[in-house]
Amino acid sequence: MNPIYSRRRRKDIVIRGLCIAAAAFGVTWLALILITLLYNGLTGLNLQVFTENTPPPGSTEGGLLNAIVGSLIMTVLGVGIGAPLGLFAGTYLAEYGRNDKLTSVIRFINDILLSAPSIIIGLFIYGAVVVPMRGFSAIAGSLALAVIVIPVVVRTTEDMLLLVPNPLREAASALGLPRSLVIKRIAYRAARSGLITGVLLATARVAGETAPLLFTALSNQFFSLSLNKTMANLPVTINNFVQSPYAYWKQLAWSGALLITLTVLALNIGARILGAERTAK
Amino acid sequence: MSEMSVSVSAPTVHPGSQPLPEAPAKVTARNLNFYYGEHHALKNINLALGTNRVTAFIGPSGCGKSTLLRIFNRMYDLYPGQRAEGQLLLDHTNILDPKLDLNLLRARVGMVFQKPTPFPMTIYENIAFGIRLYEKISKSEMDDRVEKALRGGALWNEVKDKLNASGLSLSGGQQQRLCIARTVAVRPEVILFDEPCSALDPISTAKVEELIQELSENYTIAIVTHNMQQAARVSDKTAFMYLGELIEFDDTSKIFTSPSDRRTQDYITGRFG
Repeated sequence: MNPIYSRRRRKDIVIRGLCIAAAAFGVTWLALILITLLYNGLTGLNLQVFTENTPPPGSTEGGLLNAIVGSLIMTVLGVGIGAPLGLFAGTYLAEYGRNDKLTSVIRFINDILLSAPSIIIGLFIYGAVVVPMRGFSAIAGSLALAVIVIPVVVRTTEDMLLLVPNPLREAASALGLPRSLVIKRIAYRAARSGLITGVLLATARVAGETAPLLFTALSNQFFSLSLNKTMANLPVTINNFVQSPYAYWKQLAWSGALLITLTVLALNIGARILGAERTAK
Repeated sequence: MSEMSVSVSAPTVHPGSQPLPEAPAKVTARNLNFYYGEHHALKNINLALGTNRVTAFIGPSGCGKSTLLRIFNRMYDLYPGQRAEGQLLLDHTNILDPKLDLNLLRARVGMVFQKPTPFPMTIYENIAFGIRLYEKISKSEMDDRVEKALRGGALWNEVKDKLNASGLSLSGGQQQRLCIARTVAVRPEVILFDEPCSALDPISTAKVEELIQELSENYTIAIVTHNMQQAARVSDKTAFMYLGELIEFDDTSKIFTSPSDRRTQDYITGRFG
């Protein structure tokens, strides 16, 4: 065989082996985490988890109802506040301000916010909302989550709108559509699945956030729907229960972790399906 | 498709195309100049598009023919740093008036693009969408208008059973005819075609060309094309442009048989461009 060719073949085998090993190394840990989580989480997962509130110390009765409801409320509020702001800001960057100097400044700042540690955002809301309001509250928790949602949605919205081909906008303008309708009826329509994907990914991102809630909503042992008071939520409850000496609390923490993971997984799968639909078109 | 054969001689003008009598001007350009920032892209253009006539614009890439077309409906206004100077009239309306309502101008001057651009909605909605911008009509009237527009775009027979299918599900040629139907549906006075067949196969091209000829009975048409046979087949008048200048503008039969300018002669016989 040609020596140059056979040397290239040997190199190829070595490099390919290294790549497979690196991939396997990464996936192994992920698999171990998931298996441990499933093993420990499933054993404690029963109806009680969904129907009863978090138990007092030492008790072996109780579930995660208040934490699940609290997480749902704050996630929905956070996304509800953050997603529209992100959509509007992303629309400005991609549609109205595409050629502005300001746009690149905003994009840069948004990227910094995107990679800011969430604990910083928690501290920021602590200073901006919790201290003036003289207390931890669910609304502060929602605002902290919203601040995390905004840069994610801004980014995906801008990227998705930039993917809409310009001739489509020109064609709509050529028909006599004002700018607002070109964006609303044509660009949003063409980018719809991408925009929804962005919101879903942002939801997945905040569903498991602990640090920002620790400084804002804190947690609550009892069931509460009041936005002015502390509110139970899954991440902080898990954080508290794991550190406790009680076996039952630890068991509930595993179940809670499994619930969050499954939710995030479902959101990501949903986003992937929508993304696949987009590319299929 | 004998017309599609490649030839180095001047293309023959379609039979029976005696020059039509001079038509009253629909669009008139006087000393029209255009700038992309500092770049002077169009220089002192003077010409008139005859009412219900087809005017073709030919010339090598970058000569400014698409640029000129995009002034007729102020398409360039979407982009900063582009500006036109001089006079451009649609009947008696000054197209370059900064206070002109661009949406109303574009309703009067429709445009069909190089690549088919169906909107991401159903075939029916692609047509109805534009009509709804200007008119409030009942469902049955709308059905009639959509059918009429699709017939006008020579597409009705192919899509009448799947009006609720996505416009994106059609073939390239059908998409382009959908775009033409969509443009016709809002009843413009002028239709601009910017290389409408360059992304189409020969059969679709023939259909679109036939359509352009039919449309010229009711609309004033301007078409930019790289295909000289196409210009010869569909147009009444042809403008040859080169490096931002209008070199020659005359009856199509004259341009392709005895052009007065040496550069026109060289271009249509394939010596450059």
